[in-house]
Amino acid sequence: MEVKVLRKVLDVNDTIAEQNRHYFEKKGVFVLNVMSAPGAGKTTILEKTLTSLMPKIKCAVIVGDICTTNDADRLSKSGVPVIQINTDQFGGDCHLAAHVIQRAASEIQLDGIDLLIIENIGNLVCPAEFDIGEHKRVVVLSVTEGEDKPVKYPLMFRVCHTALINKIDLLPYLDADIQLLRNNIAQINPEINQIELSAKTGIGFKEWITWIEDQIKLYQKTRNCA
Amino acid sequence: MSCSYETKNQYIKLNIMHEMGIALQIIDVAVRSIPKTNDQVQVEAVHLRIGKLSAVVPQSLTFCFDITKKDTPLANAKLQIEEIPITAKCRDCGHEMIITEAFFKCSQCQEGKLEILSGRELDIVSITLSDTER
Repeated sequence: MEVKVLRKVLDVNDTIAEQNRHYFEKKGVFVLNVMSAPGAGKTTILEKTLTSLMPKIKCAVIVGDICTTNDADRLSKSGVPVIQINTDQFGGDCHLAAHVIQRAASEIQLDGIDLLIIENIGNLVCPAEFDIGEHKRVVVLSVTEGEDKPVKYPLMFRVCHTALINKIDLLPYLDADIQLLRNNIAQINPEINQIELSAKTGIGFKEWITWIEDQIKLYQKTRNCA
Repeated sequence: MSCSYETKNQYIKLNIMHEMGIALQIIDVAVRSIPKTNDQVQVEAVHLRIGKLSAVVPQSLTFCFDITKKDTPLANAKLQIEEIPITAKCRDCGHEMIITEAFFKCSQCQEGKLEILSGRELDIVSITLSDTER
């Protein structure tokens, strides 16, 4: 006997993600989901980003890792509230799922916060599949990773709104072809916003910070109109 | 990556890929779809639709499913996976196309503003139950 089911496998996740988004909107918080492969430079980018945004824009951070609180320790030095999720305690996954964010968000004081940055677990595959209730998605790819990564992990580059091309200070020492990398990203997602930067030297940060500020303004404007 | 999940009062600790979480979700949805009047029933097959653009590898999912189905009504169940191609519609010229390579550009007007019509599916379509009547 065949029984019709007709359900999305990730129905539960998607429902909770929608609840999260509603909660963030109630609090007036704009939420960025930042994803990348391990070692692309998410945490260093965030350290510099927080320093540039604060105190004008009030930030909070949720950091996901399988183990350790290293990233949270680094980021909390900037003075912003940081919650570390170790997925080992939450069901040990290679991505952050919506229910994990729901729990973490309830533990963080979001009143008066303009921007919540969620640093996802280092992985170019799984996080792309899971909506966590964010408003915009950012992928970080460093020039040391190889120009073909966008083509190898198309979903990640398809679902993101901005791609940060990091570690461009290393270009003189590499054979990396940044134009090829940019073309590969554009081939997967012609509408993605590409920003070249270096978390080490700070080059390119102005454009990145302006993008975040514009997104927050746009979010607050549409929220006030709603 | 170490992982722990609670399933049917069992505590399973496994090295995982994210297909493991998805396999557990499939079992959860399938078990809840079994009609309540028929609690002895076994599930023979789970019919899935998986889009080519989803971050799910059918072989990995089957591997994970076969590990997690033990001691559930799906212990003998097979996954029947229908792969769904990536189809898109150009927002500029309206042309509809199937995308077979990692190249998201309109095959007619060469513009890149594509609306994805299919390819992100990760759906349970139906389950087949064993015939328990004797």
